Amino acid sequence: MKKLYLLEDAIISPLGFSTKENIQAIREGKSGLKLQKPKFTENQFFAGIIDEILLNRAFSEIGSIEKFTKLEKMILLAVKQVLDKNKNLDLSETALILTTTKGNIDLLKEPGDFPESRLKLSELGKVVANFFVFKQTPIILSNACISGGLGLAVARRLGNSGIFKNAIVVGADLVSDFVISGFNSFQALSPEACKPFSKERDGISLGEAAAAMLVSFDQPQNSANISLIGDASANDANHISGPSRTGEGLYKSIQKALKEASISAEKVGFLSAHGTATVYNDEMESIAFHRSGLQEVPIHSLKGFYGHTLGASALLESIITKHSMLNNELFASKNFGELGVSKSLNIIQSNKHKEIYYALKTASGFGGCNLALVFKAEKE
Amino acid sequence: MSNQFHIQDWVKIKNGEIFNSGKLIFESTEKELTLFLKECYEFLEIKYPKFHKMDGLSKLGILGSEIIFRKNKSTKDTALVISNNASSLENDKQFQESTKTFASPALFVYTLPNIVLGEISIKYKLQSENAFFISEDFNAGLLKDYSESLLSSEKTSSVLCGWLDLQNGEYDVFLCLVSKEKNIPFSEESLKKLYCAENDKPTHRT
Amino acid sequence: MTNLHTELKESIIEQLNLEDMEPADISNDEPLFGDGLGLDSIDALELIVLLEKDYGIKLTDPAQGKEIFVSINQMAQFIEENRTK
Repeated sequence: MKKLYLLEDAIISPLGFSTKENIQAIREGKSGLKLQKPKFTENQFFAGIIDEILLNRAFSEIGSIEKFTKLEKMILLAVKQVLDKNKNLDLSETALILTTTKGNIDLLKEPGDFPESRLKLSELGKVVANFFVFKQTPIILSNACISGGLGLAVARRLGNSGIFKNAIVVGADLVSDFVISGFNSFQALSPEACKPFSKERDGISLGEAAAAMLVSFDQPQNSANISLIGDASANDANHISGPSRTGEGLYKSIQKALKEASISAEKVGFLSAHGTATVYNDEMESIAFHRSGLQEVPIHSLKGFYGHTLGASALLESIITKHSMLNNELFASKNFGELGVSKSLNIIQSNKHKEIYYALKTASGFGGCNLALVFKAEKE
Repeated sequence: MSNQFHIQDWVKIKNGEIFNSGKLIFESTEKELTLFLKECYEFLEIKYPKFHKMDGLSKLGILGSEIIFRKNKSTKDTALVISNNASSLENDKQFQESTKTFASPALFVYTLPNIVLGEISIKYKLQSENAFFISEDFNAGLLKDYSESLLSSEKTSSVLCGWLDLQNGEYDVFLCLVSKEKNIPFSEESLKKLYCAENDKPTHRT
Repeated sequence: MTNLHTELKESIIEQLNLEDMEPADISNDEPLFGDGLGLDSIDALELIVLLEKDYGIKLTDPAQGKEIFVSINQMAQFIEENRTK
């Protein structure tokens, strides 16, 4: 299968309204997680929420703030940034791949002036496509927390046969009362800012973000570039909300992705894990990584910066991975204290310089799904 | 490249009827969804108590898969490429309702459309590629292109693909198994034809 | 068997969608999780909700569930000692 080049990207998150701002914030160790008072939950919790005033201020420059939902404004800002850097892109030939777990689910509780149909992801897709006049029907994926990364794999798999040369892949989700209630009923929300892979970890922090990236099969002019060269997903076939204790699906995904990329585990220079900070997820990942021979690879989770951004997470975190590879820098795993999983891992504890040639991004989600993506850096 | 893969078997569940490879195998006048689904479950003699804990979408997925996999052995890598219009909204509304008093974890777990892929994977022990797409209507082209890409690149040797929609108590299921053995050529046209058969008119949602 | 035992069994059957089961099918000391009734982690979370909804008991630490939900007997005893409804 052909390489898929990762071109311009944009991140709209509590850490900033551009990839540049986000990377700078991460470099400085700034987290987007803020304390939230208990609304209907028993306890306080932390979440990364985008300030609506700032969002509206930014969006008012490109569209009418009353006509679009919060999620739509986030997505449209992200896609606009990517398109502004690619004015020559032929939108009639560019696919739009939109990934989200819950879309405009906040409308279920507070519809405002929006029709019920806006709850439908196909309507969300239309809103985005029509704003920019994409000609092709958006391809919409909703596959739990691997969605954003699966979007990249889908772009590569579909485009490989020549159906399209370029695609804009978007991943976005909100911190909604719906989702807060749900994870709270699961007893899965930490009362503190989440601590991936740590001994004291006790649950997730939620986050919201929109991430967008232009991908292409055409080799970019820049000799320094990042491409997707291996991708695989596999279900655990174990439980719909708890991960496999042996990390079966994740292990399989990693093996297949590495095989497709024709590299061995030793070649992987950096691993961006899912690391949601639940007791079970992080333990499962450590087992899968160990089984794959990845225990020495520098690894982090970005959930301490963003919280779990659900459908956006795997795409957002792939974008950060891409820039780590381009800039030869590794970012520390925020809120990591003492290792709290049964298998040893090489958790990145402070920012450092490293030349990375191959990186692995993994993700797992409800429904037992797992995903592994292998990225390659071509250096100048 | 085209006609390399073939549809081995297919199932339709709609308007109280179940069709398998074009043959009517079950019908019921039961209008209430949960009761209808239970009738199908009993008709198929599925012995799987977990069924009753599932949401409507997952139950429909299990029923459809059961019919397919009873006649056609699945392999561990049989990929699942399923789509719909309503995502999991039918169950989402029920969960939302529960949050008014006590949010139900058993309902929350089904507030994602891909959970049905997980339920199918667990029952038939599939550790395979999953993808859940959302579209306004049945998109034969997308299902064909994506399933074909998985098969051609040998990420899998068979795919269960189709449409699994549930909204306002109305269900519309069309699942088919695709692999290399020669049968009905797997194409956008053949998918559309099979999906629309046994319907008065193609299903359309506004 | 007290009213509470029967009531508990009926609630569990309904709340956990244990289709075609009657209270008589669940014995008071049979394990609810693992072998026995075979409930899983989501069922455990639903039982925590049941404790609050029907008996006004809020578990301060969800991990307590492991000791309470061992059997109907254990659950009934805990409820008797802690119920506020």
